[in-house]
Amino acid sequence: MNEVVFWILASGAIISALLMVTRKSVVPSALMLIVTFCFLAALYLTLNAQFLAVVQVAVYAGAIMVLVVFVIMLLNIRNERFSLTGNWKTIIGVLGVVGILAQMIAVFMMASEKLPKQLDAKAIELGTVESIGMKLYTSYAFPFEMASIILIAAAVGAIVLAKKKLS
Amino acid sequence: MTSLSNYLIVSAILFMIGAGGVMFRKNVIVIFMCIELMLNAVNLTLIAFSQFLGDQQGQILVFFVMTVAAAEAAVGLAIVISIYRNRETVDIDQLNLLKG
Repeated sequence: MNEVVFWILASGAIISALLMVTRKSVVPSALMLIVTFCFLAALYLTLNAQFLAVVQVAVYAGAIMVLVVFVIMLLNIRNERFSLTGNWKTIIGVLGVVGILAQMIAVFMMASEKLPKQLDAKAIELGTVESIGMKLYTSYAFPFEMASIILIAAAVGAIVLAKKKLS
Repeated sequence: MTSLSNYLIVSAILFMIGAGGVMFRKNVIVIFMCIELMLNAVNLTLIAFSQFLGDQQGQILVFFVMTVAAAEAAVGLAIVISIYRNRETVDIDQLNLLKG
């Protein structure tokens, strides 16, 4: 049962990611990426990482993709033309991608004997808001504050970059 | 029960789809979205290792990766807007000012 759910979610994520890369128009591409993010959040839930699943939906599928769709609507973007059968450069690129992918899958298959077969016994409590919040506000308090400084700097930088005239 | 290597394989496939998109697409915004997809594939790897090995640090790291991704999205899209304002295009082939 668990295996079936995993493969349904995984194939959903992979198919929507492939659709995202192959759409010629930008808006369907962005919508397919949102679908991919939602499937990934469901995959996090199968790993008992509840907090990160919620953050994935709120931050990625929510905030970041709203920003991307907003920019797409703001700009006047024509459909691009691209093909996978054009010149020799793209052929080499496709071969490279497929080759590296085959290599990674082969390594994971060979290592699957040594990798753990099921979730750790503590996995259910590791993914909760309570335990992650406890870790973030004690051992990781300094990086947590640094993250807020990064966000402030990014917000200011984005406003300065997108401003009409630098005076 | 699903084993760790299945999660790693799904993550590798998603990562290479994103890498292929970065290589073959011409639109800056689509390339940007492909980078987000690659970041998410790595996040899946980190969470899978964290939960299978019983170590919470992987999930803390994913939290910080998401923070940096949000900052990167804001700055990246601002750069796209200012490029479009100057050049009236988001086609990566026409943005060749630094091409040798």
